[in-house]
Amino acid sequence: MSGRKLNWTDLIIIIFISAVAISCLVPFLYMIALSLSSNNAITSQKVSLWPVGFTIETYKTILSDVEMIYTLGYTIVLTAIYTIFCMFLTVCAAYPLTKKRLKGRNFLLTVLVITMYFSGGLIPSYLLVKNLDMMNTVWSLILPGAMSVFNVIILKTFFGSLPESLEESASIDGCNDLGILVRIVLPLSLPSIATLSLFYAVDRWNGFQDALFYITNKNLYPMQLKLYQIITANQQLDTQQGEGSVGAYIVPESLKAASVMFTTVPILVVYPKLQKYFVEGVLTGAIKG
Amino acid sequence: MMLNLMAKGMIEVKAVLKRDFFLYFLLLLPMAYIFIFKYAPIYGVLMAFQDYNIFEGIGGSEWVGFDVFNFIFHQDSFYRALQNTLVLNLLDLAAGFPAPIILAILLNELRYARFKKVTQTILYLPHFLSWVIIGGMVYLMFSSGGMANSVLSRFGLGNIDFLSQKTNWLIMYTAVGVWQSVGWGTIIYLASIIGINKDLYEASDMDGCSRLRKIWHITLPGIKPTIMMLLILQIGRMVSIGFDRPFVMGNSLVSDYSDVISTYVYRIGIGSGDFSQATAVGLFQSVVGLIFLAAANYGAKKIGEQGIW
Repeated sequence: MSGRKLNWTDLIIIIFISAVAISCLVPFLYMIALSLSSNNAITSQKVSLWPVGFTIETYKTILSDVEMIYTLGYTIVLTAIYTIFCMFLTVCAAYPLTKKRLKGRNFLLTVLVITMYFSGGLIPSYLLVKNLDMMNTVWSLILPGAMSVFNVIILKTFFGSLPESLEESASIDGCNDLGILVRIVLPLSLPSIATLSLFYAVDRWNGFQDALFYITNKNLYPMQLKLYQIITANQQLDTQQGEGSVGAYIVPESLKAASVMFTTVPILVVYPKLQKYFVEGVLTGAIKG
Repeated sequence: MMLNLMAKGMIEVKAVLKRDFFLYFLLLLPMAYIFIFKYAPIYGVLMAFQDYNIFEGIGGSEWVGFDVFNFIFHQDSFYRALQNTLVLNLLDLAAGFPAPIILAILLNELRYARFKKVTQTILYLPHFLSWVIIGGMVYLMFSSGGMANSVLSRFGLGNIDFLSQKTNWLIMYTAVGVWQSVGWGTIIYLASIIGINKDLYEASDMDGCSRLRKIWHITLPGIKPTIMMLLILQIGRMVSIGFDRPFVMGNSLVSDYSDVISTYVYRIGIGSGDFSQATAVGLFQSVVGLIFLAAANYGAKKIGEQGIW
C-alpha cells in the first residue's frame, strides 16, 4: 500500500480525521480561553477560542483556595490508596487461580464470574454501605469497588501465559509459592500490573456516583463531586435533578472553566505517557472477553 | 468402608491444604470481598419482595410477594424512565455503534504513521474524562451564553436551546456520547483489521480494485466477527444505562427525556427512601437485561455468527 501517490481520497480522509481530532481539542481550548478571560468579556459573549481581557485572576483564586488544594491532594492520596489496595486484591485473587492443581479452582472461578452477570443493584449496595456504617467515611469510596473481576481475569490470563518451566525450576530450587510469586511472577508481569493499576486509578479519579451516594461531608468530597458542585452552583436549583447543588452563591463562568481545567490537568499530564499501557490493556481484555 | 473412605478423604484434604495453604490464604481476602460486596447485595434483592423497613432489615420486614412490582408497573414515571432508557440506548446504538467502525477504517487507510499516531492520541483522550468534566464543558459551551451560541449569533443565527429544548437535548446527549467514545472504540477494530491477511489486499491490488471495494469486500468482512460480538454486547445492555452521563447532562427542563432507570432508582431509592420500589426496578432491569443478552447471543448464533458464550 505504501509508495503510492497521495490522491484525493487520502486528502478527504486526512481532512475528516483532522476535523474529528480538532473537535476533541476545541473544548479544552475554550476552557482555557474562558478561564483566562475577564468576566465582562464572558458575559458579553466575546470569548471563543482566545482569551479576551486576559487575566490570571481565576487561577489565583483557585490556587489560593485552601479547600480546592485540599480536595486535590485528598483525591490524589485516595486514588493512590485505592489503586494499591485494588491491585493487591487482584493479584491475591488472580495468582492462585492460575494453578491448575488448586482444588476447587473451577468453583471459585464460577463464583467470581457470576458477579459479572448478576449484581444486587444500586439500592442493595447502598444499604450495605449504610449498614456497615461506612457512610461518610473514606471506606465507602475504597471498599465497595475494590476489585474488578474483569481485571482479575485479565491478570490471570497474563500470569497463565508465563512459561511454566520458570516456576518449575524455581520450585526445584526450593522456592515456595510466595517466593515464586514475589521473585518471578510479579517482576515479569509489571507491564500488566501497570496497565491494570492505571485502569483502577482512572476509575477512582473519575468516580462520581459513589461519592454522590455516600458522602455528604465536604471534607471527604473527591474532586469530581467538588467540581460538580462548582459547575451546578448557580444553575437555578430547579434545573437540577439531584440534591447536590447549593445554588446560593454565584460562581462566575471563568471560575467554572478553571475548575474544569484544574480537574483535567492531572489526566492531561499523565495520559500521553501512559497511553500505550491503556491500549494494551484494552486488547488483552478484548481477547479474553 | 465408609469410615475408611472418609478417613482417606480427610488425609487428602489435609495434604492439599498443606501443599497449597499459601494459595488458599491469598484467596481469603478477595473471596471475603466478593461475598460481602457482591453477594450480600444480591441477597439484598429480596427486599423487592418485601415492605422493607430499614430498622427491621430483610430478616424482620414483611413479605409482600409481587405487590411492589405490581405497584411500580402501575407508575407512569416508571414507564417514562424505561422508555427514556431504551430511547437513549437506541440512539447510542444508531450513532455510537457505527462511528468507531467508520473511524477505524479511515484511520487504517491513513498512510502517514506520524500523523496517525498523533491523531490517535488526541482521539483517545475524551475517554479518560469523567462525565462531570464533560458535562461541565458541555454546559459551558452550549448554554445560552456559551461559545456555540456566540459563534452562531455572529453568523446571524439566533440562540439555540441546545440543552433545555427536548429534541436538541437528545441530539446533544447522543453527539456527546459519540464524541466521548468514538476514538477509544477504534482500538479494538484497528487490532482486528491488523489481523486480516495482507495477501487479500495484495491480490485485490493486482485485480485493480478501488479503495472502497477493498474496504467493502475485505476490511469489513474481516472485522465482521468483532462487529457482531460488540453488537451483541451492546444490544444486551439495551436496558441498562450508566448513572453519571444522564445525571450530569440532564436537567429538569428535559427530565421527560433524561430521567432514565438509573437516575429514577436513585431518586426514588436514595432520594425518597422507597427502597423496596427502587430495588424492584433494579431487579426488573437486570432480569430484562439478561434476557436481552441471551436473546442477542441466540440471534447471533442463529445467523451463523460466533456468540459470546
